[in-house]
Amino acid sequence: MSAPLKVDRISCRYENESAVNHASFEMASGDLACLLGPSGCGKTTVLRAIAGFQPLIQGAIYLDGRCISSTSTVVAPEHRNMGMVFQDHALFPHMTVGRNVSAGLFRHSAADARRIVGEMLERVRLGDKINKYPHELSGGQQQRVALARALAPSPGLLLMDEPFSNLDVDLRERLGQEVRELLKDIGTTCVLVTHDQQDAFTFSDKVGVMRDGHIEQWDQPYNLYHEPASVFVANFVGDGVFLDGTIASSSEVKTELGLHSGDLVTDLPVGTQVDLLVRPDDVIHDDNSSQSAKILKRSFRGESYLYTLLLPSGGKVLSLVPSHHDHAIGEDLGIRMEIDHLIVYPKDGPTCPLD
Amino acid sequence: MNYSVVGEAADTSILNKSNLIKSADSWRIGTFAIALVALLPVLAILWLAVFPTENIWPHLISTSLPRYLQNTILLMLGVGVSVFLTGVSTAYFVSHYEFPLRKYFEWLLLLPLAFPAYVIAYMYTDLLEFAGPIQHSVRELFGWQLASDYWFPNVRSMGGAIMLMGLVLYPYVYLMARASFIEQSSYLSDVSRLMGRNQFKTFMFVSLPIARPAIAIGVALALMETLNDFGTVDFFSIHTLTAGLYDVWLNMGNLGGAAQIASVMLFFVIILLALEFAGRRRSRFYQSATRYMRKQRISLQGKYKWLAFIICAAPVLFGFVVPLAMLLNYAIRYFEQSWNPGFRSYTFNSIFVSVCAALICISLAVMVCYARRLHKDTMTGIAARIASLGYAMPGAVLAVGVVIPLASFDNAVDSFFRQHFGFSSGLLLTGTTFALIMTYTIRFMAISIGSVESSMSKISESVDMAARTLGHPTFRTLRLFHLPLLKGGILTAALIVFVDCMKELPATLLLRPFNFDTLATHVYQFASDEMIGQSALGSLVIVLSGLLPIILLSRTISDTQQLDLDNFPDK
Repeated sequence: MSAPLKVDRISCRYENESAVNHASFEMASGDLACLLGPSGCGKTTVLRAIAGFQPLIQGAIYLDGRCISSTSTVVAPEHRNMGMVFQDHALFPHMTVGRNVSAGLFRHSAADARRIVGEMLERVRLGDKINKYPHELSGGQQQRVALARALAPSPGLLLMDEPFSNLDVDLRERLGQEVRELLKDIGTTCVLVTHDQQDAFTFSDKVGVMRDGHIEQWDQPYNLYHEPASVFVANFVGDGVFLDGTIASSSEVKTELGLHSGDLVTDLPVGTQVDLLVRPDDVIHDDNSSQSAKILKRSFRGESYLYTLLLPSGGKVLSLVPSHHDHAIGEDLGIRMEIDHLIVYPKDGPTCPLD
Repeated sequence: MNYSVVGEAADTSILNKSNLIKSADSWRIGTFAIALVALLPVLAILWLAVFPTENIWPHLISTSLPRYLQNTILLMLGVGVSVFLTGVSTAYFVSHYEFPLRKYFEWLLLLPLAFPAYVIAYMYTDLLEFAGPIQHSVRELFGWQLASDYWFPNVRSMGGAIMLMGLVLYPYVYLMARASFIEQSSYLSDVSRLMGRNQFKTFMFVSLPIARPAIAIGVALALMETLNDFGTVDFFSIHTLTAGLYDVWLNMGNLGGAAQIASVMLFFVIILLALEFAGRRRSRFYQSATRYMRKQRISLQGKYKWLAFIICAAPVLFGFVVPLAMLLNYAIRYFEQSWNPGFRSYTFNSIFVSVCAALICISLAVMVCYARRLHKDTMTGIAARIASLGYAMPGAVLAVGVVIPLASFDNAVDSFFRQHFGFSSGLLLTGTTFALIMTYTIRFMAISIGSVESSMSKISESVDMAARTLGHPTFRTLRLFHLPLLKGGILTAALIVFVDCMKELPATLLLRPFNFDTLATHVYQFASDEMIGQSALGSLVIVLSGLLPIILLSRTISDTQQLDLDNFPDK
């Protein structure tokens, strides 16, 4: 039943405020994707548009090759065969778990509905809770019921709006993994919306980073971190700073910390002044290194320290160091640079993606 | 754009041809229709006031209008001051201090709300007039014989009307002020105390100004009721605008003149609405305490303890206990005379029209609130607001506004029948309970909309989205996933509307069909004929039914610290 989804340059607005601006992406059947972005970037609006709650002022949405939303045609949400899971679980409080899960099975015979409810609850490991009411369950259990309810009618597409945000940190990662495995097992296409990059990375095959109503980069989680397509994505995903540099060759960039060589993907000519993205894990602590920098700040992260280092030029870099290397503020720390992906943006240029 | 639909193309019912059709669905159309009906009386009044069949403006202005205006303004000022003082002082004491029976006063202070002003006016007139028990004992005591032997305040006066209306309307202010005092974080007054202000100064400089928007709402609601009152001012022969409207319409038979007076009253309505809206807008900012610290009540000692007790006990005693005792006494003494087939038919009439109005009110309210939930656009929002503006309109004004369009409808149908079929269709709408129920519905719609809205807002929007994506269309979503959760709010709304209809006098008097009496008009009729005893049973039934929503409200008061203002009766 699972279906490919195509979101084709859609735009939406609320009253007189633009919420989504030319957002596009495509998903194959069975893909798990995520829209990631700060609050107010329009990611939930995209989800509402896919579900049919939000009219489009531009573009179109296709499910399984069939247009379900355009500026002239809108299929009502109840006729889209989609499942939806919400941050607040949205279980019907006056119905038992079993009746919640069967809420979308009204077209099935009673016997079929009972069988599907039993199967779905087994899948989310809540078979024994069928006669409980939502308020008798924990947050994680409620979210699993919500998932079972959304999946019971075998939707062509599953939509999840911040599904793990109400859960505590420990649970959200575990549940994220579980849900991913379950969906992969069933083969459901799913779009998840979150502001939390950890949720996004745990869960998805593809992540779309959204900003101001459009998608800045649609890519695998690994690439988002290591090859961010724009300064915004580089800043939003993971920590990092920019160092002044110059393109030295087709695979080298020169900065005050020396010549860095690695994968350099850019059209910029040799000699161009650029900003080079330096991640904390690119700056390796090495007491034997000839280079060092003064510790300006440090924050303890348990297994590691994140040091903020002051370079002689006045620039700053971050370095992630195992926490048994305990150095005080003001000390000099020996460092060595190991940058595999050289991510550069033209200096003072527009913060546009590289395409 | 010409995207066509692939796949289930045969199922065309799932497609809406354009956004335009989609946005004009039946929920929205229904809401606009309701708003239009609610607006109709206002438009009709303005129309007839500007283009009357017989212009009595010059006559009105040169004769009675200045007096009507003066009396109305005086009455509203007096009641305003009275409800402000009583409401704020009682709210202050029960929320800030500990004194004997304080916990009970929290809800006892609401009880006078059960008395319509006209009933309490009949009781006190009976108690305090020359032949009444009080003056009788005074004469016995001092050996006086005649009224000229001594001075005694006359109840049937402006002062009496102000006192008595204040006595039953202060709970509006009390409720709002108390809620505001309780919601105020104690940090605010703590800061003021630390800066060296004593308790009283802290109240004047901090608590009272913060509560001002809430108090303004309460006063506005009380004054709307004052403007609405006909029973009291008629009994006391105070010529207010409402009384004048009756005179012009019923005694002079001049509907155009009535519409002109009604249009003057609309002016007062607008002022009161503005006052209330300003209060509601501001109270949103004033009570956004992020860190709430519950107040510790201070135990009062010695004479202060009893001062607080008396201040809270007096309104309950005079606004509820005394008149109720009198009512009970009369109702029992005159039971044989009062309990007759006539009485039973008035009771049935009252219950019938009130139940009809309550059912219509809640059905329309559910429709309006759900439309509002489906459509977040400004137009639907405005329509929903207009639909609930009737509460601010005095019953008499609404009655005029409803009769004008209904009468022209009746006349049009009648002349059509005469021309084509040679017989008269008579009064189809104006002469029946239809006009009455329609007026009740417009007037009390705000209560049902407010109550349903507040219950509905507690259902997360994602519940709707979940239901819709699971395949349930809008109506089924409402029926399966909203109505079961709205039951409480709907019942509360139905009860309050029912009771308000039971009490309603001014519009009922004007619109009731020939030979049709409700309990309220029956009580009015008998009291006007100085037969207070015979009217007591009817009054008692009205007051007892009025107690039902107050019991409901007092339960929310004692269950939670914070008051659910949306379940406020009469609002």
